[in-house]
Order: sequence, then structure tokens, then C-alpha cells
Amino acid sequence: MAHSSRKDAPDLPDFSLLKRIARDQLIYLLEQLPGKKDLFIEADLMSPLDRIANVTTLKEHEVDKLYKVDHKPIYSTSDQLCFLIRPRIQTVKWIADIVNADKAAGKLRSYKIIFSPQKFYACEAVLEEQGIYGDVSTDEWAFHLLPLDDDIISLELPEFFRDNFLGGDQRWVTTAGSALHLLHSVYGPFSKAYGIGRCAKMVYESWREQGKEGEKKTPQSEIGTVFLVDRDVDFVTPLCSQVVYEGLVDDIFRIKCGSVEFTPDVTSSEKSVKVMLNSQDKVFGEIRNEHFSNVFGLLSQKARNLQTAYDRRRGMDIKQMKTFVSEELKGLKQEHHLLSLHIGASESMMKRKTKQDFQELLKTEHSLLEGFEIRECISYIEEHINRQVSMIESLRLLCLLSLTENGLLPKDYRSLKAQYLQSYGTEHLLTFANLRQLGLLVEQQAGETLTVMESKVGKLVNDKTVGKLTDAFSSLAKKSNFRALSKRLALVPKTMEEYDLRTPRDMAYIFSGAYIPLSCKLIEQVLEREGWTGLEEVTRLLNGNEFVGSAGGGSETGRTTDSQRIILVMFLGGCSYSEISALRFLGKEKGYKFIVVTTAIINAARLLEAMLDNYG
Amino acid sequence: MMMRSKPDEDDYWNSSKFRAFTFDDDDDEFSTLKESKRAVNSIVVDDDDDDDEDDVEKVSWSGEPVGSISWSIKETASSVHVGGQDHGFPKIDSTPSLPRQGSGYSLSSLFKGRPKSGSIQAISESFPDVPSRSFAPELRKPKAEYKDYSDWSPEETVRRMQRGKAYSFETFRSLKDKMLLLDEAVHANDGNVITAVLIFLKKSLSKEILSRELTSREIALRHYIHYLKEMGEQKSLVELLKSLGRTEDMALLQYKEHLNIKDEVRKKEYLKACIGLPFSPEDASHVQDHYTLLERQIIIEANDKQAENKVEVFKKHPRKASILNMPIITTLYYSCFYHYGEPEGTFSSPANIRSTFKISEKQYFLTVLGARAKLKEWFDVDRLFTAKNWFGYTKKKSPIGFHRVVDILQKNNAPVQVLQEYVSLVEDTEQKISLAQKYKCHDIVIDTYKDLKDRQQLIIYQGKVERNSPEDRKIQDLLNNTQIRWKN
Repeated sequence: MAHSSRKDAPDLPDFSLLKRIARDQLIYLLEQLPGKKDLFIEADLMSPLDRIANVTTLKEHEVDKLYKVDHKPIYSTSDQLCFLIRPRIQTVKWIADIVNADKAAGKLRSYKIIFSPQKFYACEAVLEEQGIYGDVSTDEWAFHLLPLDDDIISLELPEFFRDNFLGGDQRWVTTAGSALHLLHSVYGPFSKAYGIGRCAKMVYESWREQGKEGEKKTPQSEIGTVFLVDRDVDFVTPLCSQVVYEGLVDDIFRIKCGSVEFTPDVTSSEKSVKVMLNSQDKVFGEIRNEHFSNVFGLLSQKARNLQTAYDRRRGMDIKQMKTFVSEELKGLKQEHHLLSLHIGASESMMKRKTKQDFQELLKTEHSLLEGFEIRECISYIEEHINRQVSMIESLRLLCLLSLTENGLLPKDYRSLKAQYLQSYGTEHLLTFANLRQLGLLVEQQAGETLTVMESKVGKLVNDKTVGKLTDAFSSLAKKSNFRALSKRLALVPKTMEEYDLRTPRDMAYIFSGAYIPLSCKLIEQVLEREGWTGLEEVTRLLNGNEFVGSAGGGSETGRTTDSQRIILVMFLGGCSYSEISALRFLGKEKGYKFIVVTTAIINAARLLEAMLDNYG
Repeated sequence: MMMRSKPDEDDYWNSSKFRAFTFDDDDDEFSTLKESKRAVNSIVVDDDDDDDEDDVEKVSWSGEPVGSISWSIKETASSVHVGGQDHGFPKIDSTPSLPRQGSGYSLSSLFKGRPKSGSIQAISESFPDVPSRSFAPELRKPKAEYKDYSDWSPEETVRRMQRGKAYSFETFRSLKDKMLLLDEAVHANDGNVITAVLIFLKKSLSKEILSRELTSREIALRHYIHYLKEMGEQKSLVELLKSLGRTEDMALLQYKEHLNIKDEVRKKEYLKACIGLPFSPEDASHVQDHYTLLERQIIIEANDKQAENKVEVFKKHPRKASILNMPIITTLYYSCFYHYGEPEGTFSSPANIRSTFKISEKQYFLTVLGARAKLKEWFDVDRLFTAKNWFGYTKKKSPIGFHRVVDILQKNNAPVQVLQEYVSLVEDTEQKISLAQKYKCHDIVIDTYKDLKDRQQLIIYQGKVERNSPEDRKIQDLLNNTQIRWKN
């Protein structure tokens, strides 16, 4: 193990190749429908598409007009229609309606559906049912992986989380397996694989299955180790308020596909501005992983440096000035612009957070993580609900309470739920049912209930109620055990210790020194131990499903090579920017480079919004 | 660096008309196809010994032009396949050779998944930064191959489905075979295939039998439920849950339907029908509340629409939205705003809403406070806190901390005279001083320091107030007062 505090972390592989693969595939698919055609694009595919191609690319392949899929009647006059969609039944039904309406009107057109990242049998079944199978040609655009930055790759599948963890539908397992397979073929072979979680295990198996043949010995591998982790292994981390710059920007402005829209209060102009947030932005690069309390200092330092650079103009002769203008000025202006944007963003975030009494909120969160003054926390949450402060925020606090306390006391659960429904609407009954099923917000069960129920289940195996009982069971099994885990892994540093956020000593800095993210701590431990040995109690508390696999690369020889220190972490169900920051920190400490592959970038709001049923 | 200001992408789209549309220019090095083309073309010239220069079309064993995308895909498909399973079947391919339109973009060569290592070089030569690798993303599954399906086992069928190859369910007629197939799909962990099998079972088994068989197959069952939900087959789903004895899930599912009903009277009727559903006792009372609430809201809405142009409070503060479908607390707030002081007998009165929905004292208090403060009815606010005890003294009491009260009043722009009354009631001295300083309640700050005999703090505070203002003079008087025994 590369213990010696190595600062010589290896370089990251170049992922721009993935973009080109995706673009070239799309072009090929468009060529399969020669001639002019109108293209209908699913709304959530537009931003990802933006990142890999532009409209010229499409025009060059005879795409005439572009429309967004909006499930309304269409007004295209083209005789060729191409639909670029996610494999969703509702969208396919909409297309079927279009085709059947054309048929009824005697209109002749050709149709093509390109499913991305893959098609599902259920979608084809709809085409068959609607009597248009064969009238519509179908294809797959295996656009699995979108590099959002040098070290972040997203599957851009936010629905993965709900489908898999709430719905229990494993349709995306193979997709994730294919994504891993692609990475393995291009940047592998990986020599070690670790993972934890039911879905992680299935994805691992799917990938191994897909890679059984066609694996070639390649001279050198760029990624040595993979770590797969299910989101439900750690719900606490994504539910905490983010206080690292990038996470905070995501919480407040919502970063979408690597780009953020800064509102007029940030830009101090009338217009909103869209900015790409990645390592190309040098100013952002320096502050993204910083605790928010450091950001102002860093920004003002940068502002001073900039001023000095500008000031050098004074006293320049014409020739020097010429060189300055041609060589430096543009860069300085660019930096100037970025700096003013990030300063504006920081100010705006500061204002918003002050307004909502952020300090008190954080205090409550930290108490929950620590298991300290829980009654006070409950009355804080209660008042939050009573005052009808943000519906999602209240839900977030309730879930944190439940996760850290292993469920709410029945009396608290009932009272908080009733008040929640009064404040935000009775239809949230459905939200509570979903949260219970997922284990995010549950009632504590008396200690013996479990065994009593077990024996009942034994007697009732053939009874119809067994399904109901297994359900109740599985929600019991999903006890979070946070307190025990926290103790065992020392996730919550002792209080009263000063924590210098400027020079963090561990990953806890991403939560102001109050908590080391469980997900990242597990990764650290497993890498250090090269396996799960010694973590038996931890995995038991996490409901098992941990695994180690030699990952097909086979050769254990290159243990000291750089690629061994490049670690791909795949989050199934999403990860937050704070987790990415924590891993970057860990990488710096231990001389690793982490590449985060995630089904989507999430934060508390997105995670909880996925649990709402009233979106239809 | 993309930093153009532009409206949200969504603005670029219009449901009915085509609008100009620009993708953001990517900073990618290959932003135009030309470059891509050039790059790709350069790969074609590779030194693979058994592959000539690419001008002549070569046809592989499957009839596809070598180097075409579908050729490489076939290679992938078969190479991905578990070894040797295919051998028994003759390969008669019906896929016609692809016309090589746009063959200038011979993109496919990029994906050549040839087992030979010789071809690897080509990529690395053209893209020096790109590691040598060959890869073959699957673009399209091979078309049907004519075969005799009869000897396909569940394993083989599932495997073929996973690979996107031709398959048939024809032979799965007996219940036992059907279930073996389903179990095999579950065993393969492939949700897509599980659902495909379930669709087949749905068509070929009666509902009763299918639901019976799913009882002991939790994973398959969850896929089936998810599928029915996505298909919008509400009725089948309700029946299924009912037959599984999952009555609570069924009740919630039926309740959920109300979200799709726009008309409030119909929605109300629907909710009424929901009351009898087998919810948990706790949820049943919530649903009852939901119905009662909407029923009341409909009545209030009808009355207030009439009142809009007549009653003072409505004229002064026109309603911004209807009260229909708002949560209970919002309704209470509304009633405290527009119907304060009405007798408990009327549906729209705060007291009635409070007792009907068993609203806690704290909650009620917070809501009234917010509403009356919003209207700047400070007298109402004052009365809210005043409780006469049986000696006839009045004393201010609050179910929430007075610092919270101050916060709420301040957010509603209460004047200092009002604020300071409540700041002075804050129990914690430190908190009181900090609030008083924050909201410039000078008298409280000064009096508190005086009570604390804290001369130093008083001097500091004097530096913060305006010179010769009343508070400045008050501090000076105190400091000059020789009667006070300062602690410092």
C-alpha cells in the first residue's frame, strides 16, 4: 500500500475519448436514416447531448428541425421522424400515438426511435401492442458515460435511484455493468474490484459476464482498482447540508450536467449567466473543494493578485504594453470575469444562508450526527415544520433524525408526521410511505418485535399476508445502525476539539469537522486493508453484501505501477459533490487519484424529490 | 470556457413551432465532424496483416462488410457471448449488407474489436494521447437468425435475451416451465429480461395464477408492480395488491389517484370514497381530514369570491390565489388573515379550523402570530400573549420562545416599539442583549447593563449610539449616577 504520504499522484486518464465514442455512435445512427429528418429529443438528454455534440454536427447529418419531446401533438412536416429518447413507456406511447394518427390521416412517413442508453423489452412491447412494431425502426445509442470533468463521469440517469432502490426494478443493472465494461475495455484492465451493496454486487456480476470474452491483454492499464458502492449503504452523507464550495453551489443554484446558471443577484446585471463549472475554470478549481469559510479569503487573495498583475501596466513602455496586451491581458480579463462571478456567487450564498439561520440548522445537524440533545433537535424540526419552512428541508431533517437514531419513537413519528401533513399537504402520506419503504424515515420497533414477526412468518409462509410481512421485514432489515457504525469507524470526531478548516486533517472538513462521510470512510478503509478483513462488524451493520474480486486484468504484478493508485469509484444511485471533494482530499493524502463514476450527481434535495409521488 | 449568457435551454423549445436552436459549442478538440472524419480516416490505414486497405469491401463470414459498424457489432455480440454456446446453430444471416452511405466516415473502424493484437496500434498511432485499446460498443443487435427454438432451455433463452438475440417463448407452455423461465431471469439479475418474461406471463396466465405465483417471488413481484405502474394500469395493480393481501399499499395507491383529478368537486367525492379504504388507522384519519378540508375549502372559496369586492380586508389585501387544495396550515393562516374574530360556528373561523383538525397550541399560535403580524395588527398580536391570571394581573405568556416571537415579528417588519416589548421578555440575558442590539432596542440594552451593573459594557455601547441622542444621554446619566454600585 502506498502509505508514504505520496504527493506524486499519477495522472488521470483522458476521458474525452468517451465523448468522441458517443458522438461517433450517434452520427452512425443518424446515418441509418438517410435524408432530411426532424429530430425529437427527450428533455433530459439535451444537456448531455450538448456536452458531446453541437447543432452543426446534427445538421451535417441531415437533421432538419429539432424538437423537445413534450408529450403533445406534433406539427412536423418532415417525412422522416427520428426520436432520441430514454427507454420510457410513456414516451413510447406518445410516439405510438403520433404514428397511429399519421396512419389514420393517411400520412406516410418513416420513423426511427433511438433509445439511449439502451432499449427495454417493455418499450418494444408497447410498439407491438400499438400495432406499429415494424413501422418504426429502433436502435440503441449506448451513450453510457458522460465525462463531466477530469475526474467525474456521470451516467446521467437520476431515475436509477428511484427505480432500483424504491421500485426494486433492476432494469439499470445491466446498463451500469455495460458502462463499467466500456471503461474496463478502454482504460483497464482493472486488477482489483471491491464493493458493497446488493446492486453493486449485481453490477459487478453483470460486468464480469459481459467481459467474459473479448478481454485482451493490453500493454498497460490506466485504472487499476474499482470500488462499487450502493447509495443505500450511506444515506446520511448526501442528506447533510453541504458546506464545501462546489456542494454549496449545487445545493443553492443546482448544477446541471456540469453547468450552473447564476442568477442576476450573482452577476449583478440583469441577465443570468450560464457557467461551466470544471477544472478548466482556474478560479473555481482553487476553491471548489474548500470549506466555505475559507472561500472569501482565497477569493480576496486572488483579487489582490489580479490587481497587482493589472497594475504592472503602469510604467510600461509601448512595446512592453503591446506584449502585455497580446499575451497576458486576455487571460487576466478572463480571470477577472470568473473571479467576479465566484465572488458574486459567494456573496449571494452567504446572504441566503444567513436569512435561513444556517448556523442554527447546522448546529441541529451536528447534534443529530453526534446523538446529542435529541429532544432539542426534535423541537427544532417541529418548529421548522410548524412555520412551513421549505418542505424538502423539513423532510431532510426528519430523515436525518430517523437515520441517526435508528428510527423515531412511535409517539414522535406520529406527531411529526401529522404536523408535516398539516403543514405541507395530506398527499405527503405517499411520500411517507415511500420513505418508510426505503428505510429513510421509519418508526422504531420494539426490540422483540422482530423475533415475534420472524416466528409468525415461519407459520404463515403460505399465507397471503406473507408479502406484507416480508415488506415490513425488509424495512426492519434496513436499520441504519448509524450510531454503531459511527462509533466503530470514528466518523464523528470528539467535540470540543478545535478543527482548523484551513488545513484539514481528515475528510470531516467537508462537514466543518463534524462528520467523516461514511461512504468515503469505507473506501479509505478497504483500500488501506486491501479488502474487508477486519471490517466484519462494519459490514454486518451495513447488512453485508460486500465483496472482493480480482477483476479480470489478472496480473497482480503491477502492484506498484501508477495505475494501481488510480481508483475508480462507482456510486450506484448517485453521489454528492461533497463526497467527491472528500475523495479528492483522501487522494491527496494517500497519493491516490480517484475517478468518480456515478449514476447521477445528487444532493439532499434531488434525493428527496425523487421520493415525492405528487409529480405524477 | 463557455460563458455566454443565454436563457434556459427550455426556452429554445416550443411545442408547436420550430425555433432556432444552438447547442453550446463544445470545447472539445473534435468539435466538427470534419476533424472526426479526418481522425477516423487516418485509422483506417492500419497495418493489420489480413486486412487490406479499406477501399475494397470485404465480407466477413456473416455477410457483413468487414469494417462496417454492424460487422464490428456482430463481433462484439458474439465475443460477449459465453463461450461455445452458439455452435449448434447454423449461421444463416438474413441481414443485408449495409449500403455504405456516408462511408467517408468509416467510424466503425474505430470500434474494431478484433481479437488480434496487431490492430491495436492503429488507434494509438492516430491518437497519440489515447491508450492503445480496442473496444466495441454494441450499437445494434443482430437481426433474427432462423433457428429451431425448440431445444432452448430457460438458461439459454434468458442468455439470448440479455444479448439482444432472437428468442422465443413458444416452448414455455406449462406453468412449471414458465416459472423456471421467470426464476432464471431473476437469477440473471437483469430487470429488463425479468420484465419481458412478466409481460409474457401476463398475457399467458390468468391474473389469479400469476398473482399466486408472484407471492413467493418478491423480486419478480416488485418488477411486475413497477411495470404496471409505468404502464398506468391502475386497475390491474389494485387487483394484484388486493389479491396479495397488501391492502394498505392498495389503499395508498387508490388514494394517489386523487392527484389526477382536477375538478375540486369530483376530487372531494373521490376523497370521500377513499375514507373507507383499508388504511392504517393513523392514515385513515389523515385521509378523513383531507376530505373534510377540501369540503370546507370549497365552501370558503365560494363565499370569499363573493366577498372579494365588498369586504374591506379583501379589498385592502386582494387574494393572490384560491384557497383550494392548500394544506391545513395554509388554510388556517388564510382564515386568520381574512376571517379573524369570526365565531367558532362558522367554517371559515380560525377557531373552527383549529378544533376540526386538532391543531396543536404551538402550531396555532405560530400561525395566528404570522398572519396578524403580516397585517400589522399589533393589537391582535398583543392580545395573543396576554393571559389574565385569577388575580386579574395580566402576564405575557407564549408557547414558543420569545426570541422566536421577535424573529417572526421582525420578519414582518414590526416597528421598534412593538419589537422591544417582546425582546424584553426573552429570558436568556445574553440572547436578550444580542437581540436588542440587533434590532436597536436601546432602552433594553441600557437597562439590562444597568441591572447587571456592567459599567464597561455600557461605555462600549455608548460608543455605538448616536451622539446626543436620547439613548446617549440616558447612558451618560447612568454613568454619572453615583448611587449605582458598578461591578467594574
